[in-house]
Amino acid sequence: MLVWSRTGRAGAWGVLALLFGVVYGVPLVMIALASIAGQWNGALPSHLSLGHYAEALDGDSAAQLRVSIVTGAVASAVAMFLGSWAALALRNLRPAPRRLFDMVFFLPSAVPSVSVGLGLLVAFSRQPLLLNGTTLIVIIAHFVLISAFTYGNVSAGLSRLPPEFELVAASLGARPGYRLRRVTLPLLTPYLIAAFSLSFAMSMGEVGATIMVYPPGWVTLPVGIFALTDRGEVFAGAALTMLLAITTLIVLLGLSRIPTKAVTRQG
Amino acid sequence: MASDLALDSARSVARSAREPGSGICFEDVTVAYKGTVVLERFSLTVAPGEIMAIIGPSGSGKTTALRAVAGFVRPVSGRIQIGERDVTDLPPYERDLGMVVQNYALFPHMRVDENVAFGLRARKEADTTVYGRVQECLRMVGMLNYARRYPRELSGGQQQRVAIARALAIRPRVLLLDEPLSALDAQIRRSMLDELARLHRELPALTVLYVTHDQTEALTLADRIAIMRDGRLVATGRSHALYRLPTNRFAAEFLGRANLLTVRREATSGAGSASDGVFARVRFGDVSLLARSAEGVSAGDECLLCIRPHDIGLQRPPAPVNALVGTVQSVVWQGDLHNVTLDLGADLGADLRGDLAGDRGDSILRLVSLPLREPPQPGDRLEVFFAPEDAVLIPAEAAHA
Ligand SMILES: Nc1ncnc2c1ncn2[C@@H]1O[C@H](COP(=O)(O)OP(=O)(O)OP(=O)(O)O)[C@@H](O)[C@H]1O
Ligand SMILES: [Mg+2]
Repeated sequence: MLVWSRTGRAGAWGVLALLFGVVYGVPLVMIALASIAGQWNGALPSHLSLGHYAEALDGDSAAQLRVSIVTGAVASAVAMFLGSWAALALRNLRPAPRRLFDMVFFLPSAVPSVSVGLGLLVAFSRQPLLLNGTTLIVIIAHFVLISAFTYGNVSAGLSRLPPEFELVAASLGARPGYRLRRVTLPLLTPYLIAAFSLSFAMSMGEVGATIMVYPPGWVTLPVGIFALTDRGEVFAGAALTMLLAITTLIVLLGLSRIPTKAVTRQG
Repeated sequence: MASDLALDSARSVARSAREPGSGICFEDVTVAYKGTVVLERFSLTVAPGEIMAIIGPSGSGKTTALRAVAGFVRPVSGRIQIGERDVTDLPPYERDLGMVVQNYALFPHMRVDENVAFGLRARKEADTTVYGRVQECLRMVGMLNYARRYPRELSGGQQQRVAIARALAIRPRVLLLDEPLSALDAQIRRSMLDELARLHRELPALTVLYVTHDQTEALTLADRIAIMRDGRLVATGRSHALYRLPTNRFAAEFLGRANLLTVRREATSGAGSASDGVFARVRFGDVSLLARSAEGVSAGDECLLCIRPHDIGLQRPPAPVNALVGTVQSVVWQGDLHNVTLDLGADLGADLRGDLAGDRGDSILRLVSLPLREPPQPGDRLEVFFAPEDAVLIPAEAAHA
């Protein structure tokens, strides 16, 4: 931002802070307040308590949180594996077919996730692909929705990787597999972590497709929250939302602390 | 860093290098990127143990030639041999050569010793072998104390040493260097040049193909030089010979920025000292000059006279000599020398001035001399001298090569 005077800069920052405060901050504060509210009739809630959290932590909600984490982790891991594989396999393609593949990958993000869920439901409700009512179909739905982002992230990383590293590795006698394991993948680590983090966060918040396909035994937390608020239990829903957000945040923080030595040298 | 230890380790590398060394041979190699030919029927032989420099302007195909040897690009036609082996159809990882690229490309996620060990690990060498060889190569380039650092913690010159150690660790018979010094500042460049020369003295069997656009590097280091232009080889020869007796205009200008004067060979052959036919008398405007003759220049032909700026003197020597008179255009002092440019145009015959207007060759003569106590001033008329041995003729048809 090319604003030089001190007051000008302060003003610019002020506007920016206000904008972000309103867009991100206010809803979050509202949910946080609601999660500890007993009643909310005036401008601010009353009868504050942590009761909703206590309820959340035993019973169904704890199980739903576990389901969400497992779904997110499995779907993200598979997406990271297959997305990287696709990115590596497709990188030497000519631009035209490549764009086609890019589009195929990103298509699921361009349609409502409910439609993705519906599509899967219709596709897998018949023999021989009868997955309707299984845990697997939930994970597949999440995978379809997030794989574009792993693919996109890894592709971006690959295109930014100077070709010399792999060429030099080859000239030193490294066969393709060895080169991939010792050079390409380690250099891509930051992108892989970013891809996994983004996928996991998206999976943790996914509700549209899940609601179409989930079996009774595999209810994710967002679906649980949706059901609660649908029944009017807004405060309990808010408490679960906070729980979901905090869990996701902890996982993301953990991921961001994985050391990546693949920092390109300066200069 | 030229310690006894370094020498010992170098000798053990040299001893174990499969003797004798192997050369490189390009046979009519053509390389095209997406249909655009960037290397055209390139033929060059590098003898075992020789340092061959490839020089040429940017985009002339030097890197492409190197990449073809390394196997990074596949020629559309032609063969490439390393030693007795035709490697044209081999993948890079089966070619057994060392390569140092322009920006070194040290693996940023590996420490220095892991970088150097990479090629050996890829070959599944035993741990003890790897350890010994890494120590040996790091010692040879004086980087043993930096073994546990990451590349980003090294200076450019140090990274370059590690890149060389990494390439040498697999004991290649052929080392490819692509502008290895271009990222370094002038002073380090000079000392690295000495290092490379020392390294080659210690590994005499190692064949080196050295790409650069810096003629000083090429002249200092190389046994032979190949000059490239627009994807083609335009001249090749032993460094000294190519500098003293360039065979065409491009070689003369690119290697050492020679002065080129358009002259006409006189019909009457050999006068004065030109008894053995080595010398020829030529006419530059109204001035008669004596120069080394060249094949393909017959009496009456128009040709170029090539004379190096440092071979032109301001004092008349006693022996037979050529003299030219011109007007001083500029005098630039560079500390250890004076650069003088002279305009010969005013003193030319009218007919030749007409010729010059059409040709690219101009009437400007550049000369360098040791610092002058009383340098000439712009506008002064100045007489300069050069020996016939220092002037060489270049045939006119080659002039347009
Ligand atoms: N990957 C590529 N795709 C298409 N054209 C290329 C590619 N690499 C090089 N070229 C072209 O090939 C020609 C020769 O390139 P090359 O890199 O061999 O030149 P060079 O002599 O090494 O130049 P420099 O001194 O600038 O490094 C150039 O015209 C360049 O534009
Ligand atoms: Mg180059």
